[in-house]
Amino acid sequence: MCLAIPAQVTALLPDGMARVTLEGVSKDVSIALVEGVAVGDYVVVHVGFALSKIDPEEAQQTLALLAEAAALVAADL
Amino acid sequence: MSVKTYRRKLDIANGHIDLSHGAGGRAMAQLIADVFHKALDNAWLRQGNDQAAFDVAGGRMVMTTDSYVISPLFFPGGDIGSLAVHGTINDVAMGGAKPLYLSASFIIEEGFPLADLKRIAESMGAASRAAGVPVITGDTKVVERGKGDGVFISTTGIGVAPPGLELSAEKARPGDRVIVSGSIGDHGVAVMSRRQNLSFDTEIVSDSAPLHELVAAMIEAGGAGLRVMRDPTRGGLAATLNELAQRSDVGFRLEEAMLPVKPGVAAACELLGLDPLNVANEGKLVAVVAPDAAEAILAAMRAHPLGREAAIIGEVVADARRFVLMTTEFGGGRIIDWLSGEQLPRIC
Amino acid sequence: MKYIDEYRDAKLARSLAAAIARAADPAASYYFMEFCGGHTHAISRYGIEDLLPDNVHLVHGPGCPVCVLPVGRIDAAIRLAARPEVTLCTYGDLMRVPGSKGTSLMSARAAGADIRMVYSTLDAVRIAAAEPARQVVFFAIGFETTTPPTALAIRLAAQKGLANFTIFCNHVLTPSAIQNILESPDVRELGRVRIDGFIGPAHVSTVIGTDPYAFFAQEFAKPVVVAGFEPLDVLLGVLMLIRQVNDGRHEVENEYGRAVRPGGNERAKAEVAEFFELRKSFEWRGLGFVPYSGLRLKEKYAAYDAERRFGVEDISASDNPACECGAILRGVKKPADCKLFGTVCTPDTPMGSCMVSAEGACAAHWTYGRFRDEVRKAS
Repeated sequence: MCLAIPAQVTALLPDGMARVTLEGVSKDVSIALVEGVAVGDYVVVHVGFALSKIDPEEAQQTLALLAEAAALVAADL
Repeated sequence: MSVKTYRRKLDIANGHIDLSHGAGGRAMAQLIADVFHKALDNAWLRQGNDQAAFDVAGGRMVMTTDSYVISPLFFPGGDIGSLAVHGTINDVAMGGAKPLYLSASFIIEEGFPLADLKRIAESMGAASRAAGVPVITGDTKVVERGKGDGVFISTTGIGVAPPGLELSAEKARPGDRVIVSGSIGDHGVAVMSRRQNLSFDTEIVSDSAPLHELVAAMIEAGGAGLRVMRDPTRGGLAATLNELAQRSDVGFRLEEAMLPVKPGVAAACELLGLDPLNVANEGKLVAVVAPDAAEAILAAMRAHPLGREAAIIGEVVADARRFVLMTTEFGGGRIIDWLSGEQLPRIC
Repeated sequence: MKYIDEYRDAKLARSLAAAIARAADPAASYYFMEFCGGHTHAISRYGIEDLLPDNVHLVHGPGCPVCVLPVGRIDAAIRLAARPEVTLCTYGDLMRVPGSKGTSLMSARAAGADIRMVYSTLDAVRIAAAEPARQVVFFAIGFETTTPPTALAIRLAAQKGLANFTIFCNHVLTPSAIQNILESPDVRELGRVRIDGFIGPAHVSTVIGTDPYAFFAQEFAKPVVVAGFEPLDVLLGVLMLIRQVNDGRHEVENEYGRAVRPGGNERAKAEVAEFFELRKSFEWRGLGFVPYSGLRLKEKYAAYDAERRFGVEDISASDNPACECGAILRGVKKPADCKLFGTVCTPDTPMGSCMVSAEGACAAHWTYGRFRDEVRKAS
């Protein structure tokens, strides 16, 4: 039930809906809760609603943190 | 002197099944001739008897029975008709046997469109001819509107097993290898994509296919080393492996990294909160084989069009608890269990 | 799959596990509570416990909205569904949750009640629009993640002028649950539950942001790290918590920056504020009555409230006396500690809600992790 998955917006639809696609699987979801959604954005989808837009810069920062933590360990080995 | 009889043609394009089609009279005979015999055509059906006779081949006979209640009737990659042919052939083939003949009975709801019935019958005919296994006898019943969901199909399959081959669910032994013939979860995802309340679009099609020739190739390559084969339909690979674990009193250890899963299936499962291990397959098999036969059998599978992505996914171990465990791609461990309750009704 | 696969990288996971082992003080032990069903599920499904050193423990809290629903509310839903004019729409997870005396929505449906599974609240509105003769009731549950979708469903129903759509509201609030646990005797006085920090919920936080956790961090001096629920997110979150504990810090940090902003989702919060208000008190399975922890529809929207329309009585019912769901939800006990676990209570024959929902601690342990019980008993 808590399932939420990031998927890419591939089309904007009428009535506050959008089509999101994940590896060729498409679903129509509501984007009424997220502002400024554009085709190409990634959104987190939960029970048929987009809840949040993925921030690519923040995503990069998290990956950098992960890599940093991993590197610290590797350096000592 | 022949008497010319006038017979109004069945309106396949716009007509519907009505109660007269099940009443045993001329209407039923016409339905059977124009729809079923035409699509499934073979020497036995042309005789028009209630039974079909054939000589019994020497060896061990194998028989199976199945019912198909799938909803929706038509799905990407197949329909209830082709599914019935493939599924029954596969049940025979999983015993190591060569499928010889099929029977098919239809329970049809009043009001069912004749065009759909024809489409299903033709699909069955095509599947049957492609597999080389004829439908030699059948039955037709009609039930009142509201008493049957479109059409249900029941089948029987008959085959003959090669001498000396005794596959059984109790035969898995510690050290045996587990081979799966290809990607898992395709059928279930394809069917789910057509369910109204889920409605997602995907290019995934059902993997519905007859596996008897793949099985024949496996037997030739290493029949002596084959312990048991199953096709993981409802409940998916998880249910099948747990059944085998129970029957053989063993455990299984799988490697997640070795499981073949199509990206589209993985994605659909993510979106719906499902695990591909619990999703139905209709054109795949899992085989437990002796360790020294594994490579040869795997090579034979990969040489066959239906086994190109075959892979060894794990092995059998001694385990009093009969657990099916999997090492995740992470290195962590998890149990693969039966799924409880009904994940999705009427997937086959 | 973008934004998914990168956070499931096995090689990085092993490095992170090594980093965690290095960071954890061998003389200390760390207990971190998560209360997000998605975290419970991810930890079990990826076998994350196997990657952590022995002195780092993850405790499951009341993060599963199905699990915290009290028996009495399930009974009420069954009574609603039994009415011949009612079509009860529900998320799939609720179908098999046990009510009183072995009942459930699934058995009620088998007995003839019109109960339909939906994936989204919008599906329930669609049904109401398509079947005007039916009284469609949506069984609304969930934390802050699921509440905005319910709000939007009511807005849509109002726009369409539907007179036959109502919700049975059981939405609850996460911060209230945290507070309740932190103030409970188990934690405060008896020391039965050791909590050194919290892994903050992933998607609840996309809605409420990270600001609400500052209160807990300061008041109770516990660090909070909001983490995504891919396995690498959880591991990084654990590492950040260990560092905070070692440094003696108790701050709110955000590991899930790609989806969580400090203020959360203003539009979602505004929708909720428009339609809902706080109940003075709401019963949680395992926690009892928690003040200001549940929501109900405002008087302005009474027309969409199933409780008012159908006069739903709140009849509190108790769990099976041997069922330890309550203690498990508070983190006091583990699934294996419950006498019913694995014998009477299994996913096929659940006695309590923890075993039904895929996010429940018992279901997760049964489905993915119970093979470790033998190992623990032996060691």
